[in-house]
Amino acid sequence: MIELIDVHKSFGDVDVLKGISTSFLPGKTNLIIGASGGGKSVLMKCMVGLLTPTSGQINYDGRNFHELDPKSIREVRREIGMLFQGNALFDSYTVEQNIEFPLRMFTDMTPAERLDRVNFCLEQVHLEGVNSKYPAEISGGMKKRVGIARAIALDIKYLFCDEPNSGLDPVTSRVIDELLQEITTDFNITTVINTHDMKTVFDIGDQILFIYEGNKWWEGKKEDVRHFDNPELKAFINASYFQ
Amino acid sequence: MQIFHHFGTYILFMSRMISRPEKFNMYWERIMLEMKNIGVGSLGIVAIIAIFQGAVTTLQIAYQLISPLVANPVIGSIVSDSSMLELAPTITCLVLAGKVGSHIASEIGTMKVSEQIDALEIMGINAPAFVALPKIIAGVVMVPCLVIISIFLSNIGGIIAGAASGVLTPDEFIQGARESFLPFNLAFSLIKAFVYAYIITSVSSFHGYITEGGALEVGSSSTKAVVYSAVLILFSDYLLTQLLL
Repeated sequence: MIELIDVHKSFGDVDVLKGISTSFLPGKTNLIIGASGGGKSVLMKCMVGLLTPTSGQINYDGRNFHELDPKSIREVRREIGMLFQGNALFDSYTVEQNIEFPLRMFTDMTPAERLDRVNFCLEQVHLEGVNSKYPAEISGGMKKRVGIARAIALDIKYLFCDEPNSGLDPVTSRVIDELLQEITTDFNITTVINTHDMKTVFDIGDQILFIYEGNKWWEGKKEDVRHFDNPELKAFINASYFQ
Repeated sequence: MQIFHHFGTYILFMSRMISRPEKFNMYWERIMLEMKNIGVGSLGIVAIIAIFQGAVTTLQIAYQLISPLVANPVIGSIVSDSSMLELAPTITCLVLAGKVGSHIASEIGTMKVSEQIDALEIMGINAPAFVALPKIIAGVVMVPCLVIISIFLSNIGGIIAGAASGVLTPDEFIQGARESFLPFNLAFSLIKAFVYAYIITSVSSFHGYITEGGALEVGSSSTKAVVYSAVLILFSDYLLTQLLL
């Protein structure tokens, strides 16, 4: 479980996060929604440790991430997988080398064991037989799936996805959503997804957190999201193509 | 004040590299790869520059010194010494600042803007050490080797130009070079090469690492890396010459 307690983040005089408290449960797809500039990405960067909150706590199963010593931080980070908006695959590595990278870095697996694990991860994302291709040689949707495969190469506990559907067609987008949900339940991972896509919200969202101008504006189940009488949330949902 | 901010950020960047590697053989592989890129990849341009530099220096020295009172081997000794003391290390490294420095800054800069550096950090990898340290180690090993090759080829260029123009024979050139040779000059040249290699690789890695934005910023970082490296090479050239000669 990831628990956020009164998380604030400021850049100079600008308060981007104004006291976010929530918890993300394992085996659930937890979605963070909100308009651009609302603080979603900053919140995710604080959670994965790319930014340090001005105040507040981010606890990974009781471990206060930003107060851990560097060694313990690295240990927590090895339990984290992340799917980036731009995929962040290593251009000079093949698909196989990209997925193998965390295994080579953090395990003592033999080459044969690593290859088995790579193929298992590729199977999980329904992408067999592309081992020797470079990221530049595969489509956007395939890159996302390779990104997911790399994220789950180690036995992770927490998966973060930043706009996993951006730039994808609706069919591929749905495939990615289903994959994320499948992986979340199969491996009992705590998945946190940043998205603008209301279709994702209604398809796979277990728990929804709506952030507005740096505040937690609403939190609840996807079934309740349309019935909540809040002008900002309604405006956000109605502005989407999915009404 | 901006210069102090940059210097402080540079020191912090360098200090982050001092840590135990997550997996030694992964770093070793990268060091070998970078040694190939920096060393073997720069051999062609270094060879061309060194040969022409030696040839032109020989002809110019001959033009200025040719006289019945000056023995021909003196030309060989001047060309050989100036190649060793100044031209081979400094000119080679200024060229490498352009070739290697811009490559390093744009490679790391692209990794930064495409979130590959963030991906490394999130995996729990010390990103500055993983992306920059192998380049710095490869640079300080390979650049002195390139400078030695450059000194050798400068002399070859001088011998060819001297013989082709009829100014001095190869034997006269070699006689002059041997008579004036001091082992300290070679050591001085290698010290310079070592310092310049560190400047080129660390400054370029730093500029790549602090890139924020997109393609335009990557280009700008690459330019800054070359300019700062070149200025620092010239400054340290003066400093080392003052201190060591």
